[in-house]
Amino acid sequence: MEQYHGSIKTAVIGFFWSIVLTFAAYLLVVEEWLHGPVLVIALISLAIFQLLVQLFFFLHMGHEQKPRWNLIVFLFMALVLLIIVAGSLWIMYNLDYTLMPHDMMH
Amino acid sequence: MRHDPHAEADSLTIFGFWVYLMTDCLLFGSLFATYMVLHNSTHGGPTSKELFSMPFVLVETLALLTSSFTCGLATRAASLNQKKQLFFWFVATFLLGALFLGMELHEFHDFIKEGNSWERSAFLSAFFTLVGTHGLHISIGLLWMIVLLVPVMRHGVTPLSMRRLTCFGLFWHFLDIVWIFIFTIVYLMGVS
Repeated sequence: MEQYHGSIKTAVIGFFWSIVLTFAAYLLVVEEWLHGPVLVIALISLAIFQLLVQLFFFLHMGHEQKPRWNLIVFLFMALVLLIIVAGSLWIMYNLDYTLMPHDMMH
Repeated sequence: MRHDPHAEADSLTIFGFWVYLMTDCLLFGSLFATYMVLHNSTHGGPTSKELFSMPFVLVETLALLTSSFTCGLATRAASLNQKKQLFFWFVATFLLGALFLGMELHEFHDFIKEGNSWERSAFLSAFFTLVGTHGLHISIGLLWMIVLLVPVMRHGVTPLSMRRLTCFGLFWHFLDIVWIFIFTIVYLMGVS
């Protein structure tokens, strides 16, 4: 079970980064440093970086011994998640576009 | 291969809990997809930009991030059998979690008071479902903490309570991760 408990050092590093990333994302939006698609990409990147910080420093992924079942289940979940989210957005966007009244196009 | 029956039962239990967390992730994923699809369907009601108060949400986020940190310190103290430290960090986790939940309920209360409940628009239905499901998980987590702490205070850290604390730690960090995405997708992207 030791793989689930890190040292104080890893916890502090993880906490530090999670705070920095949260403030970075917050300031990007509130101070209006970026706009439009660039902002969306920046926010998604920060969230994914934050996810990795949480996974490594708090959930201690990557410290597992072979066979890495936790990692395998996680990756499969991520694949299904991607299909659900990206698929829904794709289909609903197209549906919106197709059903839009003609005078609202362009 | 080790043949310690205790260790084997522990790692199986924790793996089972991990699989549960992954399925919970899919639940949240579906709610996120629903929210993103319905985000602009405000039906004449308030948009996300008019509704959200960002400094408030930032404090909420910091409370939850800090509680995730103290929870990590609590399970670490438990693994070293430091009962006093475990108690201190665990209570800190509980209070921060309670602060987060209180702030979320306060936000919901304000929205509903202004006539912007889940009945107002598809956007608000999706918002209340997504954020409310997370809040429900947090409430269950708070109850779980109380249930966990009582036997630890009475008998100290036993292998059984250690296993339960480890599961709880995973649960709490997982809720933190879900909130990061709510913070980014619902709040930050909602007001930009």
